Amino acid sequence: MTGERIQGNIFDIKRYAIHDGNGIRVTVFMRGCPLDCWWCHNPEGIRPRQAGQPGQSGQTTPHTSKAGQRSISVNELIQEVEKDLIFIDESGGGVTFSGGEPLMQPDFLINALEAFGKRYVHRTLDTSGFADTEVFASVLEHVDQVLFDLKLINEEEHAKYTGVSNDLILKNLRILDQSEKDVILRLPVIPGITDVESNIRAIGELVSTLENIDTLELLSYHATARAKYERLGVEFRMGDIVPVSERDLVSIKYTMESMGIKVIGGPE
Amino acid sequence: MNSRIQKLREDSISAVPEVSAERAALVTEYYKSVEGQDIPIPIKRASAFKHIMMNKELCILKGELIVGERGPSPKATPTYPEICIHSLDDLQVLDTRLKIPYKVSSDVKDIYQREIIPFWEGRSQRELIFKNMKEDWLAAYEAGVFTEFMEQRPPGHTALDDKIYKKGFLDFQKDIQASIGNIDENHPEARGKKDELEAMRISLDALIGFAERHAERLEEMARVEPDADRKKEIEEMVRVCRRVPANSPESFWEAIQYYWFVHIGIITEVNPWDAFNPGRLDQHLYPFYKQEIEAGTLTEERAKELLQALWIKFNNHPAPPKVGVTSKESSTYTDFALINLGGLKEDGSDAVNDLSYLILDVIGEMRLVQPSSMIQLSKKNPDRFIKHAIQIVRSGFGQPSVFNTDAIVQELMLQGKRLEDARTGGASGCVESGAFGKEAYILTGYFNIPKVLEIALHNGHDPRTGNKVGVETGDPSKFESFDQLYEAFEKQMKYFIDIKIIGNNIIDQLYARYLPVPFLSTMIDDCISEGKDYHDGGARYNTSYIQGVGLGSITDSLVSIKHNVFDRKTATMTEFQKALAEDFDGSPELHHAIMENTPKYGNDDDRADDIMKRVFNTYYGLIDGRPNSRGGQHRINLLPTTVHIYFGSVIGALPDGRKAGQPLSEGVSPVQGADRNGPTSVLRSAGKIDHIRTGGTLLNQKFTPQLLADDAGRNKLAHLIRGYFKMDGHHIQFNVVTAEALRKAQQEPEKHRDLIVRVAGYSDYFVDLAPELQEEIINRTEHQDL
Repeated sequence: MTGERIQGNIFDIKRYAIHDGNGIRVTVFMRGCPLDCWWCHNPEGIRPRQAGQPGQSGQTTPHTSKAGQRSISVNELIQEVEKDLIFIDESGGGVTFSGGEPLMQPDFLINALEAFGKRYVHRTLDTSGFADTEVFASVLEHVDQVLFDLKLINEEEHAKYTGVSNDLILKNLRILDQSEKDVILRLPVIPGITDVESNIRAIGELVSTLENIDTLELLSYHATARAKYERLGVEFRMGDIVPVSERDLVSIKYTMESMGIKVIGGPE
Repeated sequence: MNSRIQKLREDSISAVPEVSAERAALVTEYYKSVEGQDIPIPIKRASAFKHIMMNKELCILKGELIVGERGPSPKATPTYPEICIHSLDDLQVLDTRLKIPYKVSSDVKDIYQREIIPFWEGRSQRELIFKNMKEDWLAAYEAGVFTEFMEQRPPGHTALDDKIYKKGFLDFQKDIQASIGNIDENHPEARGKKDELEAMRISLDALIGFAERHAERLEEMARVEPDADRKKEIEEMVRVCRRVPANSPESFWEAIQYYWFVHIGIITEVNPWDAFNPGRLDQHLYPFYKQEIEAGTLTEERAKELLQALWIKFNNHPAPPKVGVTSKESSTYTDFALINLGGLKEDGSDAVNDLSYLILDVIGEMRLVQPSSMIQLSKKNPDRFIKHAIQIVRSGFGQPSVFNTDAIVQELMLQGKRLEDARTGGASGCVESGAFGKEAYILTGYFNIPKVLEIALHNGHDPRTGNKVGVETGDPSKFESFDQLYEAFEKQMKYFIDIKIIGNNIIDQLYARYLPVPFLSTMIDDCISEGKDYHDGGARYNTSYIQGVGLGSITDSLVSIKHNVFDRKTATMTEFQKALAEDFDGSPELHHAIMENTPKYGNDDDRADDIMKRVFNTYYGLIDGRPNSRGGQHRINLLPTTVHIYFGSVIGALPDGRKAGQPLSEGVSPVQGADRNGPTSVLRSAGKIDHIRTGGTLLNQKFTPQLLADDAGRNKLAHLIRGYFKMDGHHIQFNVVTAEALRKAQQEPEKHRDLIVRVAGYSDYFVDLAPELQEEIINRTEHQDL
């Protein structure tokens, strides 16, 4: 069975994940990311970078022995995730693939998604959307829900802060819109970068042109990743930027809502 | 809450616990007056009780709706010299100790010195018990292998069913008369039964008299009351106190006042463990509530006020002062009356009603440490019930805790109880399952499982004293397999459990013979129809529990030896023993390997959880089903109150990496900080315990408030609980407070007097806890989102 052969490269499996989709979930953090976002809160999941290369089929990532980071077969993954099946069933939860960028390992991902589908486990994909459109479309067939990041609409800005153009991402967003999947767009609210008025407006305008997708979640920026960067010996480019205030979040929410978007998360 | 309740509540909170010598003086006066007379013991006990109830000072506070105080004023706590005689040194300790003190005035010390000590010394139940214990029992007790619940307090440990809402005391007296009429003169126990029943009759008179005294006092008060509204209210109270407990209640108010009189009676007759408990309060009061709401004679607001008045009454009554080991195993003012809400009806249908929600609101508004409160959650109960309860849990004072009704029913059925008795039962005390109104389910003492391993690792000796307290099971350094070690541990377990059970049966008989409780016996079926005392097997069901402590610590310790000595060979047994003797000072590598690279219970790791199951089966197998002297059986449960601190203090370093003297794990929770995979893994590990075979297990979880900030977070907690209960988990409780907030309270206790946290089967003021316990609560894993 392919489930035995294909290995996925992950850096963590988090149980009782309650912010990555419906119900109580198990989130699988896939290793490797083509983006290089300044604010990334999982820097341990970025490498291998394959900088600027979108997820392509046949792609694999090298094995590693670092604690928490490991390669895993689909069957092993099923065993791990289904330890919490009783809570998944009870809460209407499921499995979430996050990262890193899960679309960097499409063969493993599709295999795993297919297997979970056969086992009636609800599947959520948490993605930057940065992948070949073919890969994106074929993964999409096997997921129930997509959490899709929208960071910056201006292409130059996007390239500056994430290391890649948003061209593919926006193309994939259109495909996603036609898929009629359950979709939540996610905006990481990064002070001075993504929360500027022009970007908020641009996101609003873009979303209002979509046919099916209408929900956006605001994710507040936290400086909690700083310690991780120090541990990894990687430069933390965010400096002393403090999280957006509750008031600013409310105002973003208000702007978005006035443009017909359903906003979740953000201000408590 | 309205201003009257607010005032009573504040007065209750600020009242300082003190020792009152009133009861001690009255009981002494009575016993002196009958000295030399040949009066049967039950009748003597009942008459002493009546003497107290008819002569004790009454206390009716301004604005009160529910009356009856055990002492002369709120938190004035009586003593029970016939059971445990406090020496002048004891009184000094009570007066001056840092945690859980009771003020002792010079008048109290004086009367103790002149009257009470000289009369009771050499006659108290406590002295009788220790005199009757054999050397092996005393050695194990002193080594801290187990504690003894009955040495200062009689068994107690029960809750009431619905009988008082259907019958008055006059009706019970008719039942007693009928039972006396049924005694066959040829029955070998005919005389004893007659005495016991006569004693029951007297004890009921005592309470009727006590209520009448209140009625008379209230009449006087009404005459001089200037406020017309209050005057009317007091006149109604006069009527209530004349109606109950003599007759069955007809109104919501009467029902509550009736229960409270019974409660005062039970906790004055003796100082029973866990005070007393109305049990399924929402079920018992609902018929009165519904009828009166429909008839328009009661408003929701008034119902709430009366319940709040009852809550304050509970809070006015701290546990009677404990000393010695008993004060260590149960270091709290809480006296463990645990209000049950929800669950199932007798016919097995959903029992949640309007009153269940109303009482939840009362709990949330009152924020008192007493009474304890819980919800029974059955799969048949609606989700909104658990959601409403979580709203109150979220406010962060550890109440209510959540119990699995469907598991409790199965546990009780497995013990041979009738289905209807199981469904109308619940949990009382900390987490103990019981058939309310029909069972004496007595906790006999905590059992220190990790200490037994320590003794096995020293071939039967206690390394703290060098004394041989166990049996010789071989030099562990010669063991060639883990199974050999486990066998040694098992042999020591059997040795100590046998000692404990032999002791239990002797103590049971001493209580049956010398300290009957005729009043409590009238409240528990089938004492009246059998003509037998509660302490003598008169209850329909008679269970004796030995509470296992340190499941996480013993599991991790055994796993650590298996993993590091026998599987991975990280260290030899000799190296391990040396490391333990040196408290790991000379072996940082081994300590690191144990802490970081050894499987631990609480992570859903079968390498550890399989050992947990093995220990559970050993403990269960050695205790369950063994007969007690009351016609019932011994059973197990797993709960700690505060004893895991004391038990930890008598153990050196353990193989799980715990340093000498540190607390053990509590209940069925993992070792503090050992669980690193989040709450679902903890619940999965704890779910591998066969809860149905126990009479209760206790699981603590700590959540940060942010996790429960929104609806989604609270719903997910509800799902988490339901998931655990699908695995037959018995109980779960939550502390919703940040470690940071607790640290602040530790530094500035005076500013955080109101901070209530969940300890074990109860909540307590954080600043009242012993420093070790404060540390331990901070260290219990705080689950937060990353």
